This record gives sequence, C-alpha cells and structure tokens, in this order.
Amino acid sequence: MNEQITLEVLRYRPEESSKQIYQSYDVPFKKEWVILDALNYIKDELDGTLSYRWSCRMGVCGSCGMMVNGEPVLSCASFLETFHPGPIRIEPLENFPVVRDLVSEMSDFMEKLERVQPWLIRKDEDPPEGEYLQTPSQLMDYKNYSMCINCMLCYSACPVYGLEPSFLGPAAIALGQRYNLDSRDQGEKIRNAVLSEDDGIWQCTLVGECSAVCPKDVDPAAAIQRLKVSTTVDFFKSFLMPWQNR
Amino acid sequence: MRRHIEPFWWALFSSGGTLAAFFLPVLIFIMGIAIPLGWIESPGYEKLFALVSNLHIRVFLFSLISLSLFHWAHRFRFTLYDGLQLKHLNRLIAVLCYGSAITGTLMTGYILIIFSSH
Repeated sequence: MNEQITLEVLRYRPEESSKQIYQSYDVPFKKEWVILDALNYIKDELDGTLSYRWSCRMGVCGSCGMMVNGEPVLSCASFLETFHPGPIRIEPLENFPVVRDLVSEMSDFMEKLERVQPWLIRKDEDPPEGEYLQTPSQLMDYKNYSMCINCMLCYSACPVYGLEPSFLGPAAIALGQRYNLDSRDQGEKIRNAVLSEDDGIWQCTLVGECSAVCPKDVDPAAAIQRLKVSTTVDFFKSFLMPWQNR
Repeated sequence: MRRHIEPFWWALFSSGGTLAAFFLPVLIFIMGIAIPLGWIESPGYEKLFALVSNLHIRVFLFSLISLSLFHWAHRFRFTLYDGLQLKHLNRLIAVLCYGSAITGTLMTGYILIIFSSH
C-alpha cells in the first residue's frame, strides 16, 4: 500500500511574494486519514513552512476550517478517501482576508459576534438564589443554535457575506437567536434592534448554504427566517398596539 | 429604535410566495391549459362571470394577484441587487420593483371593480 495522493495547497507567504500560488505535495493515501492528517504529514515530513490552524482534530474546536475542492469543510472531518484519486485542492476559507497560507483573519466575525450580545441579558441586576431553572423543552428551544463552534464555514459559504462584508452573517445571527430563545434571557428587544438593522437579517436572501455546510448541524438559515417572522410581527404590532412600544 | 420598512415588504413577499405556491399552479393548469385544451369542459362566459362577481372570489383574486406581484418585486429586487451587483442603484431598483407591484395591484383592483359592476 504505497499509494499516494496529491494535495494542491494554495500558499501565501507575504514576506516572499504578494501572490498566492498552488504548491503540490504527494502524501501517502491512507483510508483512515483526514485532510488534516495529510497536512500534518506535510508539515512534519515535507515542508515545515506550511501554516494552518488546528487544535482538537475532532470537530469541536472549529479552527481547522478550509476550502477543500471548493467546499468549506473542517479538515479534521473530511477523509482523503472522499476525494480519491485526487488531486485535492486546499485553499483558505473564502470571503476572509488571508494572513498566511491557510490561516484566515477572523476579527471581522469577532466584532460582529460581540454586537449581537450573545450572553444572558437580565433586567434585574441580582442573580436569584441558586440557578435559573429550565425544563428540557425550554432547553430544546435553543439547543440547536448553541452547538455553533464558530468555525466560519457558514460565512465562507454565504454568497451574501461575499458580496456584502458588512452583513452580520449566519453564525452571529444564529447565536443572537440562541439567546433570544433562551427562557432565562430578557434581552430580545435589545438584541433584535441590532439584528434587524440594515446589516442584519434583511440582507439574507435565504440561499441556505450556511445550513448546508454547517458541521454541527446548526441551522442558521432557519434562525434568520424565524427572526424575520418575529421581527415582522413586532413591526405590525408596533402600529396596531403603539402603547406597547415603550 | 429606528423603524425599518423592510419587514413590511418581507411580509408581502412571504405571504405572496405562500399564496402563489399554493394556488397559482392549479389555477394556471385549470384556466390556462386544461380548459383551452378541452380536457375539462368549459364552464362558459356566463358562469365564470357570475363566479368573478362573487365578493369572496374577487377578494381572493385580488389578494392572489397583488401579493404574487409583491413576491415577484421583492425577489427581482434582490436578484438585480445581488445577482447583477447593482448595489449603487438600490433605491431606483426598489422604486421600480415595488412601483410595478403597486401599479399592478391598482390595475387589478380597478379591473375587478369595473368587471363586477358590468
């Protein structure tokens, strides 16, 4: 079993050249290897200058997202076998500035995430004695959206984010909705003011790629649709029942 | 909090999409294909006229046609905006798209009113 498979990695080393170039590496083709294993092999055995992010190698940390044959995936969750006989194209995540090789710049998302205030907002300052209790069904209301690992695959897949970098984007909106749907939270009004701004949910045209590529089966497209419905209901309510506005 | 008009257009878009998906195909099939081809016996002018004179039918047709137009307008607006990347013409595109839908709605209302008061 000495079969090899070729990885064409898009490299960018700003100190050497301002251009991105593909570099080919032949790695052993092993059934049990994922893309990340192949990259680690390159780094250890072939070319120590290759840069990429990774940590947990089990689909939890969300740091090894990259484009594999044009699709945003977690490289720790994509087997070489899927792409046999190759060659396999490896590129940094789309729609993000590249720092080096496969490493992307994520600060845009961090700023957006903070804007949707993804934490429990309470009207009363003091926490209660003990904990806030929650039933299993109240937990189920938001659990799906809480599975997000901030891997940015949805931003890479979203054509609207590609065209409108100011768009809040799938993960940030889904995480905002995650707290909106939490029975312990009282900050929906504050959060929705941000989510329904010009750069928020109304930019979304329901392409649905965000949900298709999500490795944790979060459904950001559904989160955005649900927010559109609730925001629209609030919009009409504000005319029909203006006394509730304050 | 600044009030955005976007939910208003989206409400028309989404209700238009639902109505159109449910009713337009079957209406087009019956009125546009099956009757002209003789698969179904034509009810004749008098019967159809009586049908359209019914207030409920008129309200239904008005809602269906008008909301379908708004559905088209919203979709077409974003097709031009994102698909052709005419971001700088956003306002003009919105006016043209929704303007067409509003014009179509007024025409539909007018036709349905004069038609039934024959």
